[in-house]
Amino acid sequence: MMGYENLEVEEPTNNNNLFPPREEMENLVIDEGPNTQTFISHSDYRSVMSSLAETHHPLAGDDPLSSNSSSKSFRNSSFTEDSFLEPPAYADVVFSPFTEKPISGNGNSSQPTQHLSNSSSEFITIIVSNPQKEQEISNSLVPGGNTYVTYLITTRTNMADYGSSDFSGSAEFSVRRRFRDVVTLADRLADSYRGFLIPPRPDKNVVESQVMQKQEFVEQRRLALEKYLTKLASHPVIKKSEELRVFLQVQGKLPLPSTTDMASRMLDGAVKLPKQLFGESVSAITAQEAVQPAKGGRDLLRIFKELKQSVANDWGGSKPPVVEEDKEFMEKKEKLRDLEQQLSAASQQAEGLVKAQQDIGETMGELGLAFIKLAKFETEEAVYNSQRTRAADAKRVATAAVKASRFYREANAQTVKHLDTLHEYLGLMQAVHTAFADRSNALLTVQTLLSELSSLRSRVEKLEAASSKIFGGDKTRNKKMEELKETIRVTEEAKDCAIKEYERIKENNRNELERLDRERQNDFHNMLKGFVINQVGYAEKIANVWTKVAEETSEYAKDSI
Amino acid sequence: MLAKQRSLSGSGLSPRSPSSSQPFLSVSVTDPVKLGNGVQAYISYRVITKTNLPEYRGQEKIVIRRYSDFVWLRDRLAEKFKGIFIPPLPEKSAVEKFRFSAEFIELRRQALDTYVNRVASHPQLQQSEDLRSFLQDDEETMERARSQDGGIFKKKPADLMQIFKDVQSKVSDVVLGKEKPLEEADPEYEKMKRYVFELEDHLAEAQKQAFRLVKRHRELGQALSDFGKAVKLLGDSEGNQLGKAFSDFGSQSEMLSFKLQKEAQDLLMNFEEPLKDYVRAVQSIKATMTDRANAFRQQCELAETAKLREINLEKLIVMRSDKVPEVEIECKELKAESEEATRRFEVIVRLMNEELVRFQEQKTIDMGVTFHDFAKGQAQLANDIANAWRSLLPKLEACSP
Repeated sequence: MMGYENLEVEEPTNNNNLFPPREEMENLVIDEGPNTQTFISHSDYRSVMSSLAETHHPLAGDDPLSSNSSSKSFRNSSFTEDSFLEPPAYADVVFSPFTEKPISGNGNSSQPTQHLSNSSSEFITIIVSNPQKEQEISNSLVPGGNTYVTYLITTRTNMADYGSSDFSGSAEFSVRRRFRDVVTLADRLADSYRGFLIPPRPDKNVVESQVMQKQEFVEQRRLALEKYLTKLASHPVIKKSEELRVFLQVQGKLPLPSTTDMASRMLDGAVKLPKQLFGESVSAITAQEAVQPAKGGRDLLRIFKELKQSVANDWGGSKPPVVEEDKEFMEKKEKLRDLEQQLSAASQQAEGLVKAQQDIGETMGELGLAFIKLAKFETEEAVYNSQRTRAADAKRVATAAVKASRFYREANAQTVKHLDTLHEYLGLMQAVHTAFADRSNALLTVQTLLSELSSLRSRVEKLEAASSKIFGGDKTRNKKMEELKETIRVTEEAKDCAIKEYERIKENNRNELERLDRERQNDFHNMLKGFVINQVGYAEKIANVWTKVAEETSEYAKDSI
Repeated sequence: MLAKQRSLSGSGLSPRSPSSSQPFLSVSVTDPVKLGNGVQAYISYRVITKTNLPEYRGQEKIVIRRYSDFVWLRDRLAEKFKGIFIPPLPEKSAVEKFRFSAEFIELRRQALDTYVNRVASHPQLQQSEDLRSFLQDDEETMERARSQDGGIFKKKPADLMQIFKDVQSKVSDVVLGKEKPLEEADPEYEKMKRYVFELEDHLAEAQKQAFRLVKRHRELGQALSDFGKAVKLLGDSEGNQLGKAFSDFGSQSEMLSFKLQKEAQDLLMNFEEPLKDYVRAVQSIKATMTDRANAFRQQCELAETAKLREINLEKLIVMRSDKVPEVEIECKELKAESEEATRRFEVIVRLMNEELVRFQEQKTIDMGVTFHDFAKGQAQLANDIANAWRSLLPKLEACSP
């Protein structure tokens, strides 16, 4: 049966089918009537569709671009159209901008299923699916309890740490997690990987529980989670983290300390404070604590001290020996600030472009529809042959317009994926800020400790001076001095640790920025290439469609009248 | 210069071939010029006529005309050539802001040129005296004719009918019945009427989408330009090969943006405007349908009136009234008028049938040209886009990181 409803399009594989094609064209039956207009090129289209349905193509634009072999395979297929290079597969194209297949982290490291990472034959694939409502076991306060959503997280990997279950050396396992767990994971990673560019996690979205349970929202979140976890798994350092492994693999409750209990944390810190202020407990920062940022922690006193220090720094107080002297770093920071600005602009304009492409596709389709109706009408009411001829001409144009409309929209679906790189890097800028903040905080800790040391030492000096005036020594003062000297020792240790930590974070920064530059160049290159190839492919298709109509109506060309 | 020569008819006149042996009449509307000040400002056009027809004084004539002169001509033709589908004129007024925009002026000029040429190539309309006046009279004569026109020709047939009705109303109502619908009972004509109304709807929809398509092209051009600029800036901060590729990308985007704007313009002139013209032509048919309905009603009513007078006369003859000779004359006059009305109606019917055939054939050609040009334009645009992007590929290939 002629018509577009037979045009097979891969349905989304997840359970929540939220993007049914809204295609009016899909259901349009083109009434042939007594004058049969065979849609020759239409069936070409379908044969192309089915021939590509077998092959699985990666979503990121890089594969057909980087390996010549796969682009050759396009050419060898039985295509009736002579094009330079087939745009990425129709098989991937559903009429929504997103698919449910895992998206590789900008094509740089681990890739889904068949495609392996550049560095080794290591792979890890994460799929998020099957959202389910669950009931919180309520505390007596809220009868009926809170409902929340959990997601099934399925991992397939051959990484050693995860153990393996079969001969191929790969393992597959699933866990159920809720969004809160993801927040915990993100926070723990932030603690453990200071100075690294950690992929930003999906937003918390503070909305009312009604919205939380809406299918669309859940689907959005599912997709975002999948993207996030995949990106984590593509980060060369974080993919090996214990936190991630635990999240992905350990059944039952997530065995990572959560961060949600703000109230009790504050309480603990407050309890310690009066003691510290009244000098009753050793208020020194231990080495262990020194390697954690103050702000996240419970030590309110430390937070106050560092705040004081940063104020002192700002006001040009006594210059501590360790300064941010890395000019290169400052330049880099400046450059990244510019980059962020440009990315923001480009990201915005990319959205504008996508919208414009979408609109023109839609209007072209509606134009086609209008002409189909006109042609049908003229054919049915035809009294004269001239009407039938005109109807036939109108139908040619209509068919072409509908096809072109489809091409515009398919092209756009791909464009969205390509230009997504811009959005992703814009998101990554957030991680850059965090990494820089890690560095600043570490430096602040060092500076604080140094000035602490300096004030401790001067106190010792004063005591020594005062004590030396008393013949035979001063028991209380001596005792005090001993205590202070001990404090100094501990603080010295902490300072050394803090400096080490600072240096470590600096090193992480440096490496990560290098990696960022490298990957960004690569990803932008691929983005541009993917975009361009896609545009070429679809423009050619559209040109063919119209050229055919021009040929079919060439009798009307001015020169031939 | 002659705009697209769409309305070539099978008449003996071929506007294109100025060989002196063959009769020809060629007209063009050119050189729009803004005249006057402020609210009174208007556009004037040069109308150039080249002909070897004996009815015209001289081989070449150039006159200055304004829009209202074209309207005058249309109204005169509509009066005198009932049954003919008078070629449509472009709309009277646009939104005030655009009245003098280059785009609007050019569209109007083109439409006026097409209009005059259609009149000049129509087998009956080209005989019109008014056409000759329009093409030849000097500006003062034209202006006088235009201002005089307010009177007689504005009176509709309905007004004339009122005179008869007032005289005959009481009798007629009793005899004819108050609510008798004076409409033709011709099923084929009914079908044709329905066709015309529905056709207008379809065409209006097509035209609406065509206009939207113009807008979409402009929007896409703008979006592409903006995006290209942003990409270029991104590339500037990258430096190196990649930066160069980004820069090239930006240039191509800019270039394509121009092409899109140009295509939008072409679509406006050569795709949307012809569809609009088609709609206007259908509206002209509807006007003719109104004329036919009026003629039919007039025919019916005059026939009735004549018949009644005959009956009256017969009564008077039987009564040997001395009014007989008077009424006899009246009957003769009424009969003649009734016959005239019938003849007028029949002419309209005949002409309409001919016109319809002509209309359908002409429109098939017109739309064929429109479709062809549309397809060509879109194909060209798509090829330009493909080529522009393709040109980037070797450079992108070269700077693979």
